[in-house]
Amino acid sequence: MYLDIRGLAARYHELQVLDGIDLSISRGEIVSLIGPSGSGKSTLLRAVTGLLPPERGTVSIGGEEIDYKDRRSLRAARSRLAIVFQQYNLFGNMTVLQNAVVAPVKIRGRSRAEVEAEARDLLARVGLGDKLDAYPDQLSGGQQQRVAIVRALCLKPEILLLDEVTSALDPERVSEVLDTIRLLAAEHITMLIVSHEMSFVRDVSHRVAFMAEGRVLEIGPPEQIFDAPQVQRTRDFIDKISRK
Amino acid sequence: MSFSDLLGQLPRVFTYYNLLLLGQAALTTLLLSAFGCIVGLVFGLLLALARRSHARLLLPLKAFAFIYVEILRRVPFLVTLMLFFFGSQVLGFDLAPLTIALISTSVISTAFVSEIIRAGLDAVKQSQIEAATVMNFGFWQTLRLVVLPQAWPVILPPIFSYFVLFIKDTALASQAGVLELVQAGRILTTKGFSAFIVFGAVLLLYFVISYPLARLGSHLESRLGVSRHSRARRPIS
Repeated sequence: MYLDIRGLAARYHELQVLDGIDLSISRGEIVSLIGPSGSGKSTLLRAVTGLLPPERGTVSIGGEEIDYKDRRSLRAARSRLAIVFQQYNLFGNMTVLQNAVVAPVKIRGRSRAEVEAEARDLLARVGLGDKLDAYPDQLSGGQQQRVAIVRALCLKPEILLLDEVTSALDPERVSEVLDTIRLLAAEHITMLIVSHEMSFVRDVSHRVAFMAEGRVLEIGPPEQIFDAPQVQRTRDFIDKISRK
Repeated sequence: MSFSDLLGQLPRVFTYYNLLLLGQAALTTLLLSAFGCIVGLVFGLLLALARRSHARLLLPLKAFAFIYVEILRRVPFLVTLMLFFFGSQVLGFDLAPLTIALISTSVISTAFVSEIIRAGLDAVKQSQIEAATVMNFGFWQTLRLVVLPQAWPVILPPIFSYFVLFIKDTALASQAGVLELVQAGRILTTKGFSAFIVFGAVLLLYFVISYPLARLGSHLESRLGVSRHSRARRPIS
């Protein structure tokens, strides 16, 4: 397994948010996390990246276990991951192009010309080729989120984590971002996606994991989760969202 | 004294030696102000960073920064000046009044500037720092590339207002016997020159020192932050 999560637990102060997560993802696989609010989906991504250090359990990438207490191990893991946040988190003091190239150039030490060429190409592909010099506050939410995805891709991650990338967007902007992710899916990038867009999840995922109370209760192909869930809690959730 | 008497006194007030005295005093005021501002900026930034730190190793420094800032911001400058003045005598240090004034202004300025910088750093969203962290930015890279550029627009207006106030506060150094502008004014009036003319000249010199600083502040504010973000709020479609 490429990303292997075993018995992962994490808490915010007294609140146990993750309570023994087991999840494995193969290289090139797209796994989506669904579940009610507060089930720990976004927290799982934060724990994997070390933004919320896990309390117990292990996370391995390509067979190498991450030691969250060791700065070098964490840096090595983060160099293989990229995350796109729900609220984009673009750097407000940088233009679109600067946002995309700053980490590969300043942190990874890659050639500016090379990274800029890649960033320009990616930005053009997501329809933002004319916004290179715009600042984030000059863009719509959907445009900012596409820049955030390009910024993550410029890091050439082995695993891309997407945290509810459409939930802060107006309905008409959602499709812009989902189309961008579909483009990535076609390129076989390993992805762990947290989303409330069920039709998108069904369409793009190889497997879907249903989470509740900080645990993965059921995981399987989209057809199983959406059409024939094996666990009562999953069935209740799918019934509830189907009625909406 | 009539207005014509005042005019008649002008050539006697502004002799070469009196102008030299005022010039020297103005330079001392400028030195106290510039030194206090620069030291305040450097150490103020370090103290602000210490106060925001979560590292266990830096806990003593964090506690020191907290106590330092909270106490010294609440103490009048004159009290600090006198404390250093008499403290140095008690401890047997033979320090020149100007040295004591330089230390006192720096100590006070560091406390005020630190608090202004801390507020500016706090204004940058935590999510910006998290985005940098997951991309493997180090502490100083995050500070230099992400946090400070976004904090400057918040920091600059109050910091330059403080610096202009601070220039005026340096007048209190005269209490320790430092020959700065107010002290020079006093010396000239004791020589029998019109206090109105002398302190009018002192006022002009304070303006000459503080106005460029205020202009520099406005220039930096517009250049480093505010102008860019106010240029276009609307999405470019």
